[in-house]
Amino acid sequence: MRWNRRVFMGTGAAAAAALSAPMLGAQGRPRVVVVGGGAGGATAARYLAKDSQGGIEVMLVEPTRSYYTCFFSNLYLGGFRTLDSLAHGYGTLAAGYGVNVVHDWVIGVDRDARTVHLAGGASLPYDKLVLSPGIDFVEGAVPGWDLSAQDVMPHAYKAGTQTALLKAQIEAMPQGGTYVMVAPPNPYRCPPGPYERISMVAHHFKTHNPTAKILIADPKPGFSKQALFEEGWERHYQGMVERLGPDFGGGNVRVDPAGMEVDIDGELVKADVVNVIPAQKAGHICAAAGLTEGNWAPVDGHSMVSRMDPDIHILGDASAQGDMPKSGFSANSQAKVAAMAIRGALTGSRVFPAKYSNTCWSLIAPEDGVKVGAAYEPTEEKIASVSSFVSQTGEDTALRKATYEESLGWYDGITADMFG
Amino acid sequence: MKARLLALCIALAPPGAAHAEDQAERLGDAARGAEIFGLCKGCHQIGPGARNRIGPHLNEIFGRRAGAIEDFSYSKAMDRAFSDGLVWDYDRLDAYLENPRALVSGTRMSFRGLANPQDRHDVLAYLRDFTASPQDIPESAPTALPREVALPPEVLAIVGDADYGAYLASECLTCHQQDGSDAGIPSITRWPVEDFVVAMHAYKRKLRPHPVMQMMAGRLSDEEIAALAAYFRNLE
Repeated sequence: MRWNRRVFMGTGAAAAAALSAPMLGAQGRPRVVVVGGGAGGATAARYLAKDSQGGIEVMLVEPTRSYYTCFFSNLYLGGFRTLDSLAHGYGTLAAGYGVNVVHDWVIGVDRDARTVHLAGGASLPYDKLVLSPGIDFVEGAVPGWDLSAQDVMPHAYKAGTQTALLKAQIEAMPQGGTYVMVAPPNPYRCPPGPYERISMVAHHFKTHNPTAKILIADPKPGFSKQALFEEGWERHYQGMVERLGPDFGGGNVRVDPAGMEVDIDGELVKADVVNVIPAQKAGHICAAAGLTEGNWAPVDGHSMVSRMDPDIHILGDASAQGDMPKSGFSANSQAKVAAMAIRGALTGSRVFPAKYSNTCWSLIAPEDGVKVGAAYEPTEEKIASVSSFVSQTGEDTALRKATYEESLGWYDGITADMFG
Repeated sequence: MKARLLALCIALAPPGAAHAEDQAERLGDAARGAEIFGLCKGCHQIGPGARNRIGPHLNEIFGRRAGAIEDFSYSKAMDRAFSDGLVWDYDRLDAYLENPRALVSGTRMSFRGLANPQDRHDVLAYLRDFTASPQDIPESAPTALPREVALPPEVLAIVGDADYGAYLASECLTCHQQDGSDAGIPSITRWPVEDFVVAMHAYKRKLRPHPVMQMMAGRLSDEEIAALAAYFRNLE
């Protein structure tokens, strides 16, 4: 977006006044429709409603009434959280902030008419649209697997019933059984997620099924926090976890859900639990609206506005923005920049330069937490990392415990920031 | 001691690493301080449920204004110190412990003083455990010292743009809770502006250890830090 920087640099009254004439929606105030009630969408809705103080009509379209956070769902698999503790409703956004929450699916976007069509038949005109639909899976990414197999070989990469299913399978696994994870190629939601999941599954097995085996078929040569995870697996779960990278055929995988078999580079593995995390793409509404290039929806990092449509902002996992990982933290960070830019455009409020940040905490074992993070700023080309940090191997137990406790504080913080 | 008191002036304090080193040497041993505190116990209580006795209780002493406990009857000298705006920061407590009457002539505290600087640092380390000031959050080892960073007066004098602070603060609120909850992650609401500014500069200069905060503070300008301080100061 060109205008937001111009407004900031020219803070004079003239520049602000030129943009202060509000666009009018059907009810006399501008309307923003937000699609998707997760870390990006819920945050955007809340900040738009809160900071415009009623000056913008905010509609949030989200199919589910209870949102289960994907972040921390691995801790549920490990027995550190209940599923209920990951569930959040939209009551406060509606009652406390005046967000009009619509539980429905978006089936199409008419960009010319600036209207969103819902599965229930309704159409919602918008002045600005925010899409934060998360991910969908790339068809055919793992031969033998499609969505019809998810009840046998769960992905558990959208939290809720899938996570509960995977946990039930892990708990029901016979003694000495084999858990296979088919890990995704880059880029995908939550880079450390699959490996935190391995840690949590291993923790469960260590207690309940100590002769169980964990096998990872991984198409990537390396992964997020690799040294930290491998150190932790060696320390806490020695001999339980085996990872086959691309050099050992980990990228050449076919599954047979009926026979519960995984073919890794020609070797047949008989498995008891198969957790298939396929390659990912932007939530399908982005492609349906013609906003994608390849698998993702490109945006301008100054405001998260689509490079295809100046009235649509795309947040979180679905967006192609540059260096930020696909994470709840990132989506939350991006939502605030987008909300500020949208308010500036619709109400003439002040617009400041975009700043972004991300931190991902992972739990390796009880009270053994690690983290990785970075700060970001936009360039013309992309959102670029400007500084970063990562936990170190060999840290003492007190620091790891503090890091874990910090992650619990963060969970409470971000969910309060999303849902009020 | 006079030289030490002069060094209180922020502008005069030595900048950067030398300053940090100076502080590190002055971090006392709280366990030893607890033993030395035996000398004080006849008159002062500290810890949960501490009450005023011959002397006022010493909870939250760091950052407390001298003579400020309402239901305690102070000497005229200490009342005057209150009016003068004396605040119990590290250097003033250190001076007072060394020789009470040198700092507050006419104080009723009849204590001959601790001549050994290490004894004083140890006692102060012990007292610090009972002050939950913003400079005292657990992760920042060199806590409750008078100033962790030497900031020019013009930096401290910046009046923060609270509107800008509101936007910048949205980044903080991903982790720090708006309602001031502090489980796992410290509360940052309603701090005195100067404490906030100093703490952020301490992270920016990597004097405080937390990597996320070092990163967050590291890219904030002086004006942006002031803006955040102004915003969080008044957050309800």
